[in-house]
Amino acid sequence: MSAAAPARTPGPSANTVVTLLLWGLAFATPVIFPGKALLLNEIAILALFVLSLDLILGIAGIVSLGHAAFLGIGAYAAGLLAKAGYGDPLLGLGFGMACAALAGFATSFLVLRGSDLTRLMVTLGIAMLLYELANRLASLTGGADGLSGLEFRPLLGAFEFDLYGRTACLYSLSVLAAAFALCRRLLRSPFGFSLRAIRDNRLRAEAIGIPAGARLVAIYTAAAALAGAAGALQAQTSQFVSLSLLDFHRSAEALLVLVIGGAGTLYGALIGALVFRVAQDALSRLSPQHWEFFVGLILVTLVLVGHERIRRAALSLGVWVRPRRNGAGL
Amino acid sequence: MLTILFDGLAYGMLLFILACGLSVTLGLMNFVNLAHGAFAMAGGYVCVLLTRHAHVSFVLTLPIAFAAMAAAGLVLERLAYRRLYGRSHLDQVLFSIGLVFMASSAASYCLGSGKQLVDLPDWLSRRIDFGPASLSTYRLLIAVTCGVIALGLHLLVSRTQFGARLRAAVDNPQVAAGLGINVGQIFAVTFALGCGLAGLGGAMSAALLGVDPGFPVEYMVYFLIVVTVGGSGNLGGALCAALLLGISDVAGKRYLPEAGAFIIYAVMVGVLIIRPNGLFAGAGGR
Repeated sequence: MSAAAPARTPGPSANTVVTLLLWGLAFATPVIFPGKALLLNEIAILALFVLSLDLILGIAGIVSLGHAAFLGIGAYAAGLLAKAGYGDPLLGLGFGMACAALAGFATSFLVLRGSDLTRLMVTLGIAMLLYELANRLASLTGGADGLSGLEFRPLLGAFEFDLYGRTACLYSLSVLAAAFALCRRLLRSPFGFSLRAIRDNRLRAEAIGIPAGARLVAIYTAAAALAGAAGALQAQTSQFVSLSLLDFHRSAEALLVLVIGGAGTLYGALIGALVFRVAQDALSRLSPQHWEFFVGLILVTLVLVGHERIRRAALSLGVWVRPRRNGAGL
Repeated sequence: MLTILFDGLAYGMLLFILACGLSVTLGLMNFVNLAHGAFAMAGGYVCVLLTRHAHVSFVLTLPIAFAAMAAAGLVLERLAYRRLYGRSHLDQVLFSIGLVFMASSAASYCLGSGKQLVDLPDWLSRRIDFGPASLSTYRLLIAVTCGVIALGLHLLVSRTQFGARLRAAVDNPQVAAGLGINVGQIFAVTFALGCGLAGLGGAMSAALLGVDPGFPVEYMVYFLIVVTVGGSGNLGGALCAALLLGISDVAGKRYLPEAGAFIIYAVMVGVLIIRPNGLFAGAGGR
């Protein structure tokens, strides 16, 4: 930043305008191009899921190989609630989030012990455990067939879920925008700063009086709730809960998206989800069976070349729109 | 009852053969190689293709699978893995997951997504009676191989000069290099050994478990359980963990089929919660 840069005045800066424009564009897309609504809905849900992973991995530095556990819990909770006759979408969303948060809170104590390696194993183990549980409790969850034929009431009592996914898309986007605003606020709070302090050096953070354990439990629970919201949205907009939501591939995919977009930056989750889903759409049209090969290739290349270097290259090309704010990490 | 015990033991020994390579790379070299199963899968396919199309005998394919996967491991180590030793576990995980995805879809593209089993020669599928239980010669072969590998690896790591150099290189690569140990070479050879063992295990299991493109992900958890529950880098612990896992899996499938793999995951999470460094980790456990 050059010294001649004018002092920023609080209020709508160029950044805020661009941000609002981009969000406006996202909300306008399903109205203008109804054909893209389903894809955009998927992107929004994936972005929400990855955003929740970003909270624990990018911000708080907790590695997880089993984040799909909370996606699945949210989806099954919303689906089962609808099966029981309570088909209101917002109620289902809240219930899914609550269940996932509860599960996140309960497992956070297991996850926060031991080294990174143990953490990887324990998160993976918990997700596998839930997968097996959902697979075996076929009378409740439908087993491998999943929960199908879910009926949801119109959103807010007024908007039917239509076949083209327009309502679904706007609904998911609204939830994503709300979650995003919440995360942004959270990150700029003392709580958010303390999380980054813990990530960078836990010992020092504790030495200056940050209760690291309690903070990590809190963020893990919050991230689980957000992942649960993504799961609930998935169940409601597709009216189907599939066992594959708990699959290992989901957790791995979320990690990949986060790495593409850049961990630790909230926009990374959104950009990563957008790039990934659009690329996946194009690749699976090229080879419907084997697009996973290219996913693997991208991962390997990203790690070998180094995501930092790629992001810096993108930055120098001026592609990356980033607020130039020192250390805000957004 | 005894048959279940024997079957479980054989299964556990097979798991040990499959996972001991990971015990070396993850436990000793501290590299989280989730792609270990991909090498095992490739070894299994080597065995399937050779027996089916080139009519090589099953036993002969085992060393071939070992050599092929060791070579593949060596090449990959020189090209890619080498750069990741000093990186975070997360980077290693991401990289190896990428490899798994590539290997799985390449396998289903080239060889189809169905499960492929190797037909055993007659002399290997014969059953030998031991009092009330009977055991096939194939399982006996597994047991012998398992014993040889366990003993050999143990002696290699703890008794030979190579083992001493390896341990030194792992503990402090800089000082080891300063003492004239070629750290890069030692890591490359060790990594190739781990991959070769995976290939051997994959080939051996091609007759019992079969190979399919889902193999790396499906058995990844089993390998990780063996290594982490056993205590990283602890071969004896890994062997015990593998046998326990094999017996409890076979017994669980027989007596509580509705629980499925649930018990195993629960045991793994439980053990890791109580003893994050593994069940058999000694004072030197990582």
